[in-house]
Amino acid sequence: MGLELVYFAWVRERIGHGSETVHPPADVVTVAGLIDWLAAGSAVHAAAFIDRTRLRAAVDQTFVGLDASVIGAREVAIFPPVTGG
Amino acid sequence: MITVGAAPIDAGIECAAISATGAGGIATFVGLVRADDGVATLELEHYPGATEAALAMLAARAVERWGLIDARITHRVGVMVPGDIVVFVGTAAAHRAAALEACAFLIDRLKTDAPFWKKETRGDDASWVEPRGSDDAAAARWSH
Repeated sequence: MGLELVYFAWVRERIGHGSETVHPPADVVTVAGLIDWLAAGSAVHAAAFIDRTRLRAAVDQTFVGLDASVIGAREVAIFPPVTGG
Repeated sequence: MITVGAAPIDAGIECAAISATGAGGIATFVGLVRADDGVATLELEHYPGATEAALAMLAARAVERWGLIDARITHRVGVMVPGDIVVFVGTAAAHRAAALEACAFLIDRLKTDAPFWKKETRGDDASWVEPRGSDDAAAARWSH
C-alpha cells in the first residue's frame, strides 16, 4: 500500500500538484527522512524542499515536527507555516 | 459550530446564531480582507478535514477553559476581495469576561493552529503571505 502525500500553498505550486502516492523504502522512518528521499529522487521536490525551516507537516492530519515518525502512516501533508484568520 | 466554506459570510446571521444560545454575554470578532498596499484579491487555501478538526479542537478547548455555553467559528476559503469577511468568531457565556477572553483566544490561536494559507494578488503579481512573529506571540500568551 502506498503513502499518500498532500501539499499546500507554495509547496503545492512548486511541486506542481496537490497530491501523489509514493512507495518509500523501509529506511524512511521520519517526515525529515521522507523529505530527503523525495528530494534525492526529483529536482522539483529538491527545489520545493530546499529550506527545511520553512516546512511544516502533518501525519494522518495531526500536526507534527519534521522528526515525527511516518511508520504506518497513510497520509503525510507538507506545507508552509499557516497564515489563516 | 464550525463552518469552513466558500460562501460569503454574513456577520448579522452569524451574530444572530451565537446570540440564540440565550447566553448573558456574547463576544464576536469579525476579520475582513484589508486593502493593504493595493491588494486586489485574497485567496484562502485550506486542508479539508484537518482544518475543521483543528478549529473544532480549539472551540472545545475554549468551551472547557472558560465554561462557555457555545463557540462559533465560520471561516471563508477561496477568492475574496477587500472588505469581504474572512472569519467570524463568536463566543457565548454567562458573563462578559469569559466571552471576551475566549473570543480573543480563539482568533489568536486560529491564526497559528489551523491550516489555512493566504495568497495575495496585486495587479499581475501573486504572493503567499508570510507568517508574522506577532501572531506567534499573540498565540503564545494563551499557553500558560
